[in-house]
Amino acid sequence: MKIIIVGCGKVGETLAAVLSQEGNDITIIDKRETAVDNLCNQYDIMGYVGNGASYSVQLEADIKHTDLMIAVTGSDELNLLCCLISKMAGNCHTIARVRNPEYGNEMSYIKEELGLAMVINQELTAASEISRVLKFPSAIEIDTFAKGRAELLRFRIPDNSILHDMTLSDLHSKLKCNVLVCTVERQGQAIIPKGDYTLMAGDVISVVAAARDEIAFFRKIGIPANQVKSVMIVGGGDIAFYLAKILLSVGIQVKIVERRLERCEELSELLSKATIIRGDGSSRQLLEEEGIGQTEGFVALTDFDEENVFLSLYAKKRGVRKVVTKVNRLVFDEVIENLDLDTVIYPRDLTAEYILQYVRAMKNSIGSNVETLHRIIDNKAEALEFLIRDNFRGRDIPLQELPIKPDVLVACINHKGQIILPRGRDVMRQGDTVIIITAKKGLNDINDILL
Amino acid sequence: MNYRMILYILGWILNFEGVFLLPSCAVGLIYQEKAGFSLLAVAALCLVLGLVSVYKKPDRTQIYAREGFVIVALSWFVLSIFGALPFRISGYIPSMVDAVFETASGFTTTGASILPNVEALPNCLLFWRSFTHWIGGMGVLVFVIAVLPLAGGSNIYLMRAESPGPSVKKLVPKVKKTAFTLYMLYVIITVIETVFLLAGGMPLFDALTTTFGTAGTGGFGIKNDSIAGYSTYIQVVVTVFMILFGVNFNLYYLIYKKKLKEIRYCTEVFAYLGIIAVSILLVTLNIRGMYVHAGTALKDAAFQVGSIITTTGFATTDFNLWPTFSKTILVVLMFVGACAGSTGGGVKVSRVLILMKTVTKELDNIIHPNNVKKIKVEGKQLEHAVLRSTNVFIMAYLFVFVSSLLLISLDNFDFTTNFTAVAATLNNIGPGLAGVGPTSNFSGFSNFSKMILTFDMIAGRLELFPVLILFSWRTWRK
Repeated sequence: MKIIIVGCGKVGETLAAVLSQEGNDITIIDKRETAVDNLCNQYDIMGYVGNGASYSVQLEADIKHTDLMIAVTGSDELNLLCCLISKMAGNCHTIARVRNPEYGNEMSYIKEELGLAMVINQELTAASEISRVLKFPSAIEIDTFAKGRAELLRFRIPDNSILHDMTLSDLHSKLKCNVLVCTVERQGQAIIPKGDYTLMAGDVISVVAAARDEIAFFRKIGIPANQVKSVMIVGGGDIAFYLAKILLSVGIQVKIVERRLERCEELSELLSKATIIRGDGSSRQLLEEEGIGQTEGFVALTDFDEENVFLSLYAKKRGVRKVVTKVNRLVFDEVIENLDLDTVIYPRDLTAEYILQYVRAMKNSIGSNVETLHRIIDNKAEALEFLIRDNFRGRDIPLQELPIKPDVLVACINHKGQIILPRGRDVMRQGDTVIIITAKKGLNDINDILL
Repeated sequence: MNYRMILYILGWILNFEGVFLLPSCAVGLIYQEKAGFSLLAVAALCLVLGLVSVYKKPDRTQIYAREGFVIVALSWFVLSIFGALPFRISGYIPSMVDAVFETASGFTTTGASILPNVEALPNCLLFWRSFTHWIGGMGVLVFVIAVLPLAGGSNIYLMRAESPGPSVKKLVPKVKKTAFTLYMLYVIITVIETVFLLAGGMPLFDALTTTFGTAGTGGFGIKNDSIAGYSTYIQVVVTVFMILFGVNFNLYYLIYKKKLKEIRYCTEVFAYLGIIAVSILLVTLNIRGMYVHAGTALKDAAFQVGSIITTTGFATTDFNLWPTFSKTILVVLMFVGACAGSTGGGVKVSRVLILMKTVTKELDNIIHPNNVKKIKVEGKQLEHAVLRSTNVFIMAYLFVFVSSLLLISLDNFDFTTNFTAVAATLNNIGPGLAGVGPTSNFSGFSNFSKMILTFDMIAGRLELFPVLILFSWRTWRK
């Protein structure tokens, strides 16, 4: 598929890397020559220097034969203009990034009236992801499927948990809980386990469960599952604003520490229930004074990745129950992984996930579309949700008789709103959605899971 | 430095050389020539060594600009040395230095020869000699990229190091597809030329070898008098196609994609055609007195001008006998060369344009010291990096040229011979003037000089930097 990406920022780069790896023809446009050169040297893509919203630049980038235009420059208005022009010039699908909260309530109007395929708001996405882990602090990562009915939770098995030394096939009979273990990470290796696999304390596992069964499961294995009561946020950017709004709406106390007075006043105006503290979030004295020792949740959202990592490590040391760290740019994932941090959020990866989901679905307009896509365990595996149509070769056949590829797991079947964690005799019927966990990347058709 | 990956790609280069040798073996079989066995033996050797090297794919496939340049430069030396073996083994070129010279001359599309009597070679070796032109014209690494599933964006380093011109641009987002498209265009134009030659009554063998020589802008003929013995029709066809192969292939891509409006930005091509037209006119007027018919003078002038500017090096007449003015024009054309992104050599018309515009800008700055002016090339503002690399290229070019000239002057030939010998090899042309003119050859030089000239041919084809990087100790320092 031919895709034009306007804007070579963090998101633009991630998208170019991921989409070109999946075999798409990527053309990037940016005003900054060095940024374009840099990306063209790193990835197998083509670059143009110029204003992406200009008709002639788009023509040069071959907009007429392009399938998808993604505008992710720093300016919302420029992004929208890019999409409008490419819609007219090339009649292609368009995705624009719009992140100014002022447009927040008009998103669906903009999308409808301007004929955009998708509007992405990275900050809002990141905020809702963070709010999810704060509501369920024992999980490192939570991804939702089937319109929120099923969730994939990733967490570390604590010491002296009853899961220690338990074989997966015994899980169901011993706990009487409807959950399915999808992936296990042990010593830097991630696998999709079989029934005879034995869990150990310290493993990081991902489980699929119906949203309503989760609490019971966590209670049984002795992990507290109640949400945090108070959250301290350092850095008052757009993510902080969206996050505070969500948290306040479910009754969590929010305290935001922000350096700039103007922004503090703005936030206080917008979020009347939150406590806004003006001050330097990296000052130890200020953090102590504002009760870092008492807060249950701590979110580091400053513009500096290094500062966020340090603040989080400090919060962790002070015994905060749940610490969330935002990392924008740092590419040293391996180093960050080894630090004692709870949840690390990469906003650019979240955005890439959403767009990937759309691209895969576009590639396969006849077959079974990808409904949801999440890249899990640090992008080593993917969790995809497919809709079963009548062209799926394996429908109405019991799973134990299906020739399913190794490294592929059918984790969940959503049959008319009922969440089934499949066993050998279960079948996938037309109209169901199913969640597939796979270590192979680039799956875009449900038929691809069969040998 | 990723040594495993360098070896891996070199392995593939050998495999391809082995495969490329097979058509020549087939020619040997058709004509029942013994020399065919030497070709077959070398093909087998290449395949064995190549397959061993590519048996296991390296774990780390990431390469950077440095490896890219080293791989490209090494590949061309490896190609020339292995490609020379059939000449040496069959005994037609007894000296290994001579054989490597001849093969490097083939792959780099130079067309300079050390053979006094070309017609003594068996057909299969003649075919191989011409076929090296065709392979070298578009580039071997470009072929490897088009065919091999090498991962990642780092392939662009390989392509950039091998393709001529001040700034190499992709046609389409994927390197692989770009390389494939270029080769498809190359094959299509090659086929068209062969058809035209066959239509003029040329035997198939002659048509193929002549086409290979034209397509790669090489210039190896299979006759001692090059193209002079063929009919006027064939000479005209060869003239036209030489000029066509000297055009930037991006133009053909635009035509193929029916983006005719964008052609007006191809200023380089217009300048190239303009230079050719003016040169033909001046040479025709200058040599008119030597011919009975003005038409013949025009035909010979056009052929020689086309042959030299595209750096092909075919000849229909001994231009050594022409007046000095015409000879000087030809020497100037040697340095100008063809368009960037074509199969031709030389400094390239685009670089000449850039330099001329820089000079104009400097002059303007002297007259109006506060003048602000940006240089535009091909309808776009010239990037500073391109300008800098063009200037550095010219400096490096002069440096290599003067050093080579100094070294080969040890053989004590006259200045014209030495000067044009270096110009003809460094610019990948073939024949020069005086002692290395179209009717003479390079066999008179000492082995040392031949090695220097071989180096010049490869350095010229790869536009200096890959070869200079290969031989720079900084590259290999840990």
